[in-house]
Amino acid sequence: MQLDDLYRQVIMDHYQHPRNRGTLDESAISVDLRNPSCGDEIHLQLLVEGGVVKDVRFLGSGCSISMASASMMTEAIKGKPIEEAVELAHSFRAMMRGEDVDLEHMGELEALQGVSKFPARIKCATLAWQALERAASVPHGEHVEEETFGE
Amino acid sequence: MNAEELRKDFPILSERINGHRLVYLDNAATSQKPRQVIDALRRYYEHDNSNVHRGVHTLGSRATEAYEAARERVARFIRAKSPQEIVFTRGTTESLNMIAHGYARAKLREGDEIVLPPSEHHSNLIPWQQAARATGATLRYLPLQPDGTIRLEDVEAAVTDRTKIVAIAHVSNVLGTVNPVREIAEIAHRHGAIIVVDGAQSVPHMPTDVVEMDCDFLAFSGHKMLGPTGIGVLYGKAELLAEMEPTYFGGEMIDVVDLYESTWKEAPWKFEGGTPIIAGAIGLAAAMDYLERVGMAEIERHDAALAAKAVERLAEIDGVTIFGPPPGQSRAGLVTFNLGRVHPHDLATVLDARGVAIRAGHHCAQPLMRLFNVPATARASFYLYNTEEDVDALVDAVLEAKEFFGHAIG
Repeated sequence: MQLDDLYRQVIMDHYQHPRNRGTLDESAISVDLRNPSCGDEIHLQLLVEGGVVKDVRFLGSGCSISMASASMMTEAIKGKPIEEAVELAHSFRAMMRGEDVDLEHMGELEALQGVSKFPARIKCATLAWQALERAASVPHGEHVEEETFGE
Repeated sequence: MNAEELRKDFPILSERINGHRLVYLDNAATSQKPRQVIDALRRYYEHDNSNVHRGVHTLGSRATEAYEAARERVARFIRAKSPQEIVFTRGTTESLNMIAHGYARAKLREGDEIVLPPSEHHSNLIPWQQAARATGATLRYLPLQPDGTIRLEDVEAAVTDRTKIVAIAHVSNVLGTVNPVREIAEIAHRHGAIIVVDGAQSVPHMPTDVVEMDCDFLAFSGHKMLGPTGIGVLYGKAELLAEMEPTYFGGEMIDVVDLYESTWKEAPWKFEGGTPIIAGAIGLAAAMDYLERVGMAEIERHDAALAAKAVERLAEIDGVTIFGPPPGQSRAGLVTFNLGRVHPHDLATVLDARGVAIRAGHHCAQPLMRLFNVPATARASFYLYNTEEDVDALVDAVLEAKEFFGHAIG
């Protein structure tokens, strides 16, 4: 087991300098997701206009993997049609399960592939993506608070 | 005692973890099992397995004798007056819930108070929240000192004639503090209250004498004291168990069953509905034999000495925060700490890569984490098979984690 497989430089960079950290106003979609077994939390906000993710922000607390994954996710989905963002979430979770995915369209997210070799940490990496999937099914102005189950 | 010699009895300790020698420091979560316990389980299943308290065949008698002998073994281990004060349960959580359901709910009235510290494990907290909600009683929290200790004068102030139950861990699973339960029991009794002691972290690590402690109930788990998972103990004073209602109803626990009503056996059997945890009880008895052969006072000294050494050396590392008693102050065999802003999960992953197993998280004590204002902490907990070499490995791995995250997190 190589720690460098897990803690790639790009991951540490996102952990140290999170992108899109902050909040949007109340008209945005808000999802609070918490993993009760480890205490990691994310507050994700999406502004979707014309089916496109116009803006996205997150706040949260957790380990480097969960926070870096959230930061990388916001960069990956900003400006994308929401359907594509959800598809990306599915691909990301498939990558975490160790399934073959097209790494080319994963871009920077490929750096998180190493997490799949650390079963205890997969739930850290998927927290933000679960919040995204939940957000995609929620209307604007609505605020959802949930706990994760499994994964 | 010679920990190096004892290690040979624990097959799992020769596992290689990520290419390293296993340094198992998660004993507060669960302990490893010696060959003697594993053999006792195998012997039971290979030679004596049968259901208990029923049937007249030979194996039925052998299983029943072994199961009831295990009850006597437990009674001796905690110096109970009688084996009938020993109820076998699935573990500490079930024991505490049985008290909260079968005893507390019938006794509590609106305006009554349950006194407890905010540092309790969720299993000695939520059952009381639920009992309070069901009866109109209220929870009253004892203040903690900055080092996690509880002052007797604060207990004196909190316990009044309204108090019906004082619930407290003998040893805190996060702070490593040893609470003065005998003195607290005396205060509770003076006000007509009972004391429920969570012994999950104390019974495995120190001599226990329920008569001397004068606790009314004591709960603990077998798996944290070299025994199998799925077996635990509820000790209760005979007169309290007699008053307490069973939580589960069914086979084994009944006296006479009629179409519309039934009566129960006496304690402890009325609390053991269904086929009991026979092999678990036999395994626990073997674990207690093993522990007493080593000596509980010896184990207490050994675990505390390793924790004291770990606290001292970890505290020397720049950026490490120790929770609970500071270096030099007495503590049980565990140490909870954080390394700067490195998240405990990241820390635990780096340690695991070096074969060092610690716990990272909220340790089932979310209110305490909020008091500390941290989302989680790391915890190393020691037992009889740990050595000074394990402390060295822990400290080296923490230093390596600091190096690893230092450039990134500062």
